[in-house]
Amino acid sequence: MKKIGLYLHIPFCSSKCPYCDFYSMRSDDALREEYVAALIKNIRFSAEQYCCKADTLYIGGGTPSVLGKEKLYKIVCEAVSAFDVKDEITVECNPHGIEDGFFERLCEAGVNRISLGLQSANDAERKRLGRRADSEEITRVISSAKRAGINNISLDVMLGIPDSTPESLKATLDYCIDSDVTHISGYILKLEENTPFYKMRERLNLPDEDSVCDMYFFMCEYLSENGFSQYEISNFSKPGFESRHNLKYWNCDEYLGLGPSAHSFIGGERFFYPDSISDYLSAPAAEYEGRGGDFEEYVMLRLRLSEGIKEKEALNRFGISLDALRKKAERFADEGLLLCDTEGIRLTRKGFLLSNTVISELIY
Amino acid sequence: MAEKKQNIRNFSIIAHIDHGKSTLADRLLELTDSVAKRDMEEQLLDNMDLERERGITIKAHAVKLDYKAKDGETYELNLIDTPGHVDFNYEVSRSLAACEGAVLIVDASQGIEAQTLANTYLALDHNLEIVPVINKIDLPAADPERVAHEVEDVIGIPCLDSPRVSAKTGENVEAVLEEIVKLVPPPENRDNLPLRALIFDSIYDSYRGVIVYVRVMDGKIKPGDTMRMMATGAEFTVVETGYMRATSLEPTKQLSSGEVGYITASIKTVSDARVGDTVTTAENPAAEALPGYRKVNPMVFCGIYPADGADYENLRDALQKLQLNDAALSYEPETSGALGFGFRCGFLGLLHLEIIQERLEREYNLDLVTTIPSVIYKIHLTDRSVVEIDNPCNYPDPATIDFSEEPVVEAHIYSPPEYVGAIMDLCQDRRGSYEGMTYLDADRVDLKYTLPLNEIIYDFFDVLKSRTRGYASFDYEMKGYQKSSLVKLDVLLNGDVIDALSFIIHADKAYPRARKIAEKLKENIPRQMFEIPVQIAIGGKVIARETVKAMRKDVLAKCYGGDITRKKKLLEKQKEGKKRMRQFGTVEVPQDAFMAVLKLDD
Repeated sequence: MKKIGLYLHIPFCSSKCPYCDFYSMRSDDALREEYVAALIKNIRFSAEQYCCKADTLYIGGGTPSVLGKEKLYKIVCEAVSAFDVKDEITVECNPHGIEDGFFERLCEAGVNRISLGLQSANDAERKRLGRRADSEEITRVISSAKRAGINNISLDVMLGIPDSTPESLKATLDYCIDSDVTHISGYILKLEENTPFYKMRERLNLPDEDSVCDMYFFMCEYLSENGFSQYEISNFSKPGFESRHNLKYWNCDEYLGLGPSAHSFIGGERFFYPDSISDYLSAPAAEYEGRGGDFEEYVMLRLRLSEGIKEKEALNRFGISLDALRKKAERFADEGLLLCDTEGIRLTRKGFLLSNTVISELIY
Repeated sequence: MAEKKQNIRNFSIIAHIDHGKSTLADRLLELTDSVAKRDMEEQLLDNMDLERERGITIKAHAVKLDYKAKDGETYELNLIDTPGHVDFNYEVSRSLAACEGAVLIVDASQGIEAQTLANTYLALDHNLEIVPVINKIDLPAADPERVAHEVEDVIGIPCLDSPRVSAKTGENVEAVLEEIVKLVPPPENRDNLPLRALIFDSIYDSYRGVIVYVRVMDGKIKPGDTMRMMATGAEFTVVETGYMRATSLEPTKQLSSGEVGYITASIKTVSDARVGDTVTTAENPAAEALPGYRKVNPMVFCGIYPADGADYENLRDALQKLQLNDAALSYEPETSGALGFGFRCGFLGLLHLEIIQERLEREYNLDLVTTIPSVIYKIHLTDRSVVEIDNPCNYPDPATIDFSEEPVVEAHIYSPPEYVGAIMDLCQDRRGSYEGMTYLDADRVDLKYTLPLNEIIYDFFDVLKSRTRGYASFDYEMKGYQKSSLVKLDVLLNGDVIDALSFIIHADKAYPRARKIAEKLKENIPRQMFEIPVQIAIGGKVIARETVKAMRKDVLAKCYGGDITRKKKLLEKQKEGKKRMRQFGTVEVPQDAFMAVLKLDD
């Protein structure tokens, strides 16, 4: 039986960043205690219900590191034993306020990958984003993770930060390269409604569309020159260090997400736990979204990957040839947005930036 | 001296927009207990949503009020409400012809406006007794004495003792009813003559057919009579006669001279009961119709297309239904290369157009694309024939044109003198020719201009208002045709002519307008995956050009973990947004772009 990906959501942050619309809140120790207990119960129950193994575990948030090393240790151990996870175990961390011995303890539980929210190497830019760690602290955290034996480290970088410039982006990328990490995620800032940034959008000195595009192309180019190959729209890695967990989303493979706002795709069904910690604490009840994993979803998700969709796989998994899609794709190919050949269809870098438009044209 | 029907008073209300006509009408209804308190809502007579929202009266309305006056008598007061916009001038004149008096409402802070004055003169032309009322005395800026003097000076009717009221607070409103009883003459008793009833409105009701609103001038009419429309000759058997109450119809055995009421006769369309026509009976026909009937002709035309081609049939049904109730609306099928199947529709004016468009969208839930409005041009060809063009797509080959004519109006603009310069600039800019200026009093002038109709159908009124800080008002009537130098402008997107965006314009205006349209289109066409040249051309010659740059990125945010549904919804929304766009070759144009081209403000 194919192994699934297990995702655990930790909906706590010590403070809310002004651009973020993910489900998270502040917490005290009692609430964290209660949540960990509920999550562990949910892990055990789900393991019995689905009776499957997982090869990746990803603890995301919010900010999982606010739980502290002992609670995370407990959760990881529970999940590992319930789903027999052996391969990739990632924990997202905010570099600010990491306690002594944190990574050692995680390592003991089996954690072998860390994802750190760097966003920018420029202290002023990070401050604008509400991030509290300074670069010294981040550097310290990275080396302490490595000292603990966790060498598979991913850094999140953000493009289009207010007041940012191509120079500041280059400095951030240099920082990542010099830190000798294995993986970099580079996202473009998007103003989500109901965030403080959205409300103050008129007053933010955001780089214009053209320069953000140029920065994106620069990032792709520069990282590849420095040994990071782009395997997804926003993700770059040293060879063999792609995020196996995240690849499951884009490959349309199965995953189980536990915790409020976590999403699942398992047994052909999509469902999620609603954004309510109180409901989750009293009795976790998933909401069903219906069947998933059809050809359209596959196209939508796989086109985010550099290798795109493959003729062979489409035939094997869905019994659908790509001929019809190729025809639709023609005009985008003419514009240099994607590449079509006998093997399959994939977006170019130019196409990545217009992926929403191209994909929606292709599948609807 | 002829015998009078002493206890009847027929009157209408004349007022400028916002001077409080509907509010006063509400108070009159309350004072005469015409509406149960629980049924009372604001602007009761303006019962279309659109009327309430825009604060205007679109259709004429009528209501019978029973008023016990201070003299102890009970009077039957028939209030005939009138539309308040130049597009509906003819309806106004018919409503006035149905009355013996008119209440003139003047805002105590603003004084007389063009529309009021125009309608007051119309009322005086019909020998109506004017009952001036000064409203809004509750406003801090109210100056009833000055306004009363203005009415006396400008119109020449006594006003110093007229009621000062606040329709809003209800203060002194009863005095208005007393004045109506005192000043408006009762109608003559002409029951013995053959029937002549003036149609001042008609509405379509899906259960009874057309309900014809009439003022009976001579004779009587009762159920069972055969009614005859004197202009169209159509005959119908009367099913019911009655009075209009504020919230219902009240059947009665008959209607007789002097009375205002309704007739139903299983009439299927309002075009059989046209406003201004005279109703008589087949049994005892009148020799002559009442004066003043004319068939109203559309003056402004545009193409209306369903945004989704599948809605074509629905659009046709909706137009058909609206026409049942609106004899001035015309439509016929047309096809556009850019927009597909739709209708060429004719309207009295731009407000009428906007109203129809909004009703189609709201009441029939249709998404529409409207083309630039056009007037009717007369194109004289070298072979000495004349073609009338209301659709730019039918514009003849310029080589075959001898000369062209366009419709013009005689316009009156009333304004405080300090804005005369600004108004003259505007009229000059709109190719107006100055006909004269009269000082109505120290604070108000009447500027007379001849203006091409196509210069005022887009946005003239809005620009006039903004250039005079809202003080000027405007009224016009058709004057005829004058020779003109016209050209047809074509819009090209990515090299293809978009027929739905073509329009006819005076040659002198072509360059500046072309530049502005190119700019507007550039602003309103979203960046697409490739560069789009926007060109404006006369014949084959491009006279303006802009470029919509290629879009480079769409949203690229952190992928929401496994929330595929959210991602899918985002893409669907993107696709949904595209549905509101029109595909022209490879270019997608949002409907807003059409509207933006239409509304070119200076």
